[in-house]
Amino acid sequence: MKEIVIISGKGGTGKTVITASIAVLAKNKVMGDCDVDASNLYLLLHPEIKEKNDFYAGLIPNIDLEKCTNCGRWQEVCRFEAIKTIKSQTVIDMVSCEGCGLCALVCPVQAIQMKENHCGEWYISDTKYGPLVYARLGIAEENSGKLVTLVRQNAQTIAKKNDLKLIIVDGPPGIGCPLIATLSGANLAVVVTEPTLSGLHDLQRVIKVAQHFGVKTVVIINKYDINLENSSKIEDWCQKDNIPIIGKIHFDNIITEALVKGLPVVEYSDNTAAKEIKDIWQKIKTRVE
Amino acid sequence: MIISVASGKGGTGKTTIAVNLALALAKDKGKNVKFLDCDVEEPNAHLFLKPVITNSESVEIPVPKIDDKKCNYCGKCAEVCVFNAIVVTKNKVLVFPGLCHGCGACTLFCPEKAISEEGNEIGILEEGKAGSINFTHGRLNIGEPMAPPIIKKIKKKSKEDYSGNKDNNITNHHITLIDAPPGTSCPVIESIKGSDYTILVTEPTPFGLHDLILAVEVLKKLNIPHGVVLNKCDIGDQKVEEYCKKNDIPLLLSIPLDREIAVAYSQGIPIVKINPSYEQKFIQLFQKIAQTI
Repeated sequence: MKEIVIISGKGGTGKTVITASIAVLAKNKVMGDCDVDASNLYLLLHPEIKEKNDFYAGLIPNIDLEKCTNCGRWQEVCRFEAIKTIKSQTVIDMVSCEGCGLCALVCPVQAIQMKENHCGEWYISDTKYGPLVYARLGIAEENSGKLVTLVRQNAQTIAKKNDLKLIIVDGPPGIGCPLIATLSGANLAVVVTEPTLSGLHDLQRVIKVAQHFGVKTVVIINKYDINLENSSKIEDWCQKDNIPIIGKIHFDNIITEALVKGLPVVEYSDNTAAKEIKDIWQKIKTRVE
Repeated sequence: MIISVASGKGGTGKTTIAVNLALALAKDKGKNVKFLDCDVEEPNAHLFLKPVITNSESVEIPVPKIDDKKCNYCGKCAEVCVFNAIVVTKNKVLVFPGLCHGCGACTLFCPEKAISEEGNEIGILEEGKAGSINFTHGRLNIGEPMAPPIIKKIKKKSKEDYSGNKDNNITNHHITLIDAPPGTSCPVIESIKGSDYTILVTEPTPFGLHDLILAVEVLKKLNIPHGVVLNKCDIGDQKVEEYCKKNDIPLLLSIPLDREIAVAYSQGIPIVKINPSYEQKFIQLFQKIAQTI
């Protein structure tokens, strides 16, 4: 069983569009969407949800105002400025709270209970291309890394149970907690970039993270013809670092058209951009077989 | 006045809007513009504003350091740590700095006073000037998971200068622009909280609409007034506009797809530098926001 993650560093370079086409082209696979903040893959794969699960992670303080004496002890210990006294009443700023539980531990009258936090949902679903595991992190919630891990674990379980050879994961942007949770332990990271200074800058950072965690990387340059000079800069940089560029996709309106229709590009069209994506899939395939 | 620029979906043009708004406003000599790039995982604004960095400092979070001579391996520290950042065995204490949030529970509860704290660098903060714009950004170190402490520090440092002034005349001339990271979770919240207004940048595609709706939920939860900038407004469908109309969200500015703009962006050149007519559009964008506040 091999796990391929599609990542980018910079957002909006085309991860999900490419992942959806790979989902069409690959055989014997399960898909996972690890962009739990703003999952989009399901908008192209149109799943039927089979199983809906609640996601609990972290702890949130709950004050019993009858017991609370407003002694202010927790204000002294909380390092996240998550506790305020408003009109002589103790109030928790849930946005600032990290859920460390120190306030509950120091409260002299046990007025604070730490409760499990419901902070999202995750789904096991079926699509015409195979099973898809995805999630929705609650609005303004934390613990996205844990939810990512849950999505990956369930995709792995489905793959094992059904003897599927491949897990295809749509990753989050950035290089922080959700990206690290997506990347660590994967067999191959496919990094989608674009020929802009931002694209190159973010590509370099995300590749360093992949190398830090010992994950092999390959690169795709999307919209490569928007700036050929930058495309060659990316190619030079990758070559120097021995990172293979497995394909380039030219800028084509057909990609937006397919997106507006809610379809993976390779299902919508057979033009050059679609062919370029098909070629890319062939190259990925040889690397994971 | 603090205006943040955010979006659920990545790559919609947050940095473009924030940078061009900053440059348009900075033309007015009477305005004091501050730019905070809070996308510390992938900061990009410096590629466009090209600031001269004059100060660089480390961002650290305090992680526990165990004094072996005092520790009796009682395990209290591991018991109080909800982040599982400490494991205590019979004769060893293991600390995992990547999991530590620096809450200080272990230090406070150690009965032997065997724990002190030392800074663990998770990133850096840099300050400088881009013309008359005061520029600050942060950079998360490679392999570090937690962006919010760096964002917190960027905002804290910027606040020190002119906080607490409620005089509109003054606040309208002191403008802080925040370039936020994509998404809807903790790094975004940390970046935009405390803003007087948030500009949501999106594009007219199903992804753009889907993630805009999530971002609007975040702003409602934080109670921040907001409006939408529609980038590449002519590439997709009408659904974002319909959504904004139906939900009474002002559409502040629409920018059509323009190859000239796209090429300039790819080279790190802001729109107002290649097409000065946009300067007025960004000033108007600001005026609309100022009126709302």
